[in-house]
Amino acid sequence: MNMAPAGHRMLERANLIMRMLFAVALLVMVQVAAFAREAAPAADDPALEERLMTLAAGLRCLVCQNQTLAESQADLAVDMRNEMRKQMRRGASDQDVIDFLVARYGDFVLYRPPLKATTLLLWSGPAILLLIGLAFMARSLGRRRGHIVEAPLTETERARAQALLGADSEAEPS
Amino acid sequence: MIPELGHFALILAFSIALAQGIFPLLGVARGNLTWTRMGHTAVFGQFLFIVIAFGALTHAFIKNDFSVLYVASNSNSMLPVQYRIAGVWGGHEGSMLLWVLILAGWGGAIARFSRHMSEEFVARVLGVMGLVSAGFLAFLLLTSNPFLRLIPAPPDGRDLNPLLQDIGMVLHPPMLYMGYVGFSVAFAIAIAALLSGRLDAAWARWSRPWTTLAWVFLTLGVALGSLWAYYELGWGGWWFWDPVENASFIPWLVGTALIHSLAVTERRGAFKGWTVLLAIFTFSFSLLGTFLVRSGVLTSVHAFATDPARGIFVLVFLGIVVGGALLLFASRAHRIGLGGSFHPISRESMLLLNNVMLVVAAGSVLLGTLYPLVLDALELGKISVGRPYFEVVFIPLMAPAMFLIGVGPMAHWKKASLPNLATRLRWAFVVGVVTALLVPLAMGKWSAPVSLGILLAAWIVASSVAGLLERLRQSRDSVGLLAKLGANSRSYYGMLLAHIGVGVFIAGVALVQGYESEKDVRMSVGDSIEVGGYRFRLDRLSEVPGPNYTASRGEISVTRNERAVTRMYPEKRTYRTQQNPMTEAAIDWGFYRDLYVSLGERLDSTTWLVRIHHKPFVEWIWLGWLMMALGGLLAALDRRYRVSVGAKHRAPASAPRLIEPVGAVAR
Repeated sequence: MNMAPAGHRMLERANLIMRMLFAVALLVMVQVAAFAREAAPAADDPALEERLMTLAAGLRCLVCQNQTLAESQADLAVDMRNEMRKQMRRGASDQDVIDFLVARYGDFVLYRPPLKATTLLLWSGPAILLLIGLAFMARSLGRRRGHIVEAPLTETERARAQALLGADSEAEPS
Repeated sequence: MIPELGHFALILAFSIALAQGIFPLLGVARGNLTWTRMGHTAVFGQFLFIVIAFGALTHAFIKNDFSVLYVASNSNSMLPVQYRIAGVWGGHEGSMLLWVLILAGWGGAIARFSRHMSEEFVARVLGVMGLVSAGFLAFLLLTSNPFLRLIPAPPDGRDLNPLLQDIGMVLHPPMLYMGYVGFSVAFAIAIAALLSGRLDAAWARWSRPWTTLAWVFLTLGVALGSLWAYYELGWGGWWFWDPVENASFIPWLVGTALIHSLAVTERRGAFKGWTVLLAIFTFSFSLLGTFLVRSGVLTSVHAFATDPARGIFVLVFLGIVVGGALLLFASRAHRIGLGGSFHPISRESMLLLNNVMLVVAAGSVLLGTLYPLVLDALELGKISVGRPYFEVVFIPLMAPAMFLIGVGPMAHWKKASLPNLATRLRWAFVVGVVTALLVPLAMGKWSAPVSLGILLAAWIVASSVAGLLERLRQSRDSVGLLAKLGANSRSYYGMLLAHIGVGVFIAGVALVQGYESEKDVRMSVGDSIEVGGYRFRLDRLSEVPGPNYTASRGEISVTRNERAVTRMYPEKRTYRTQQNPMTEAAIDWGFYRDLYVSLGERLDSTTWLVRIHHKPFVEWIWLGWLMMALGGLLAALDRRYRVSVGAKHRAPASAPRLIEPVGAVAR
């Protein structure tokens, strides 16, 4: 499953030389940091950060190409996260933060569009489509019932069919 | 000079495509045999000249001919040669050239492998494909000419979008286009059948392997796109409900409905009108997908084209294709018979329900994709429709269809009995429920969505196995397991494999959503962190030059219970020409889990923000898609499509379905 480009190996060879050059410098650093330290969480308050990120996953980065606020590293996204963090520290609830962002940036920021007059069709559309689909199906089945009257095979016909088909009456695949 | 030759070849190909679109259709209508037969010659001529044009563009890329505008915009002298070749379809113009190349290729395949079909029928199919091809060639020549010159030539090119410099992006567009364009064959066959007024079993049987093959390519294309997004975008997600993804997913959903509906039409002669409509819509959605991506109405990762002329051209073309096809359908609809009858509880009805669910799901995805565009165009406000919406809508629609996967193949044609089905499937149901309870227990955390996912996945797999066992038990004529296995057709095994693939996919989704873990940490050399039972330690940082970029690279050793597992090398690359930093995640691929490490920002010279994911069973997602594609391939290669098709077609067309009830009795 390794999808690395074919040139990757060539690259590795080039890296080897580079790595040797860096080795000396790195050796010093590695010596300094030889003891295993636990990496610090990126955020000072991991619990708050998790809450922030869960919320940000449903919000749009306004300057990105369809990326969530949680994923984006764009400057505006970082600023927006900082603002959200600040408000959360002040004790704002998730809804408060969302209300603030919507007031400032509009519904565009929400990946889950709010239910209002203009989005009524969006939210009811799938259900309407399903009803149409099921009605179509019911009508089609009903019409079929009314139209086709199939004469059942008589015993002789049945026997003849069996004989004709003989041994190669292969089971029908779908 | 060579680019001009390419341009000229493209113009010739357009003329030939036009001839291919006009003469065979007229020839059939007037009984002119010479005109009727022109399609075969034309399709090869067209293919030849498009190959020449494609070769000319590839040549310009390999030779770094930056006096060609398209090359200058999408390549660079430092770009490795394999990406220069892939760069041919890395932008709008070249990808449309690839599109017409593939279209001509499908046409050639039709001409080559259809000797057993009636001459008029093939002539009509080639004629329709010629018209479609002429439309796209006109689009290329008028709005998207890849051979336009840039004089004076710049010293170097602007380079290929770094996101596209990857093997996944090299393969994804050709696969996707093979699928999109392949559905033009299904479309052309449906139109030819409408024109001839003979929607008989031969039509369905002939259409089926081609349609399935197109579906296989589209399946692979969608899967590759998802896989590429997973490892290249560096967010660790695999599906974003991005409009461009949806643009390929909608034809896939409708195409999936089509291959199921074709099964009924071929086997039982029913749903003829519906199948024709689906063939028309599948191709229309492929065109719509192209419109959405190519017109630039969407702004997302994929949309690199913005030019209203293109959008309007494709929209008009789409209108002609859909409108014309639907008009033709309406004028012939009264002649389409109902076909074999069936009871409301039967395999036919279940396949019809499957079709309804798939089409409604496709419609809902379409609604969510287009709604913000429409609202914006009407100046009713800007909204975003993303994952939360699609998940709320899509999953409830698909879950019943997934349940049907277990029941449908076990149901008899014509008339099935629910108590009988319940008896035959009771063990599969028990296996499903038990697995749904045990798996979350084994993983250490219970959650309703995971349990539901596992229930559906296990149900699909268990009921497929139950179906196979039942068949083996019933085939008394064959002795020995191998002979019994051999008694079933390839298309049966294809279906089984594809359905189990759906199960594997659902299991992968459920498990990774439920049990993935990730951590964002600051790491300096020597720091370590535990994620998902693995300890990740940053051993060193280095600066690494690439052919057309420089990368900051981290070297991370991974251990589990003090035992070394692997070393990972995530990179942050800066491409020289385009200067934007790219995250090159390091992934340790595995059947049971992926480890996924990506570098975030550099905090100071020795410290980076690092995001580490542990993703259990994530690869089952693509494994499932691969199984679906292989299953489709197996079904398309079924022997019955090659044997006896001609014989069947030459039989009097007036009474192809009279013997149908016998088949049902034999069951």
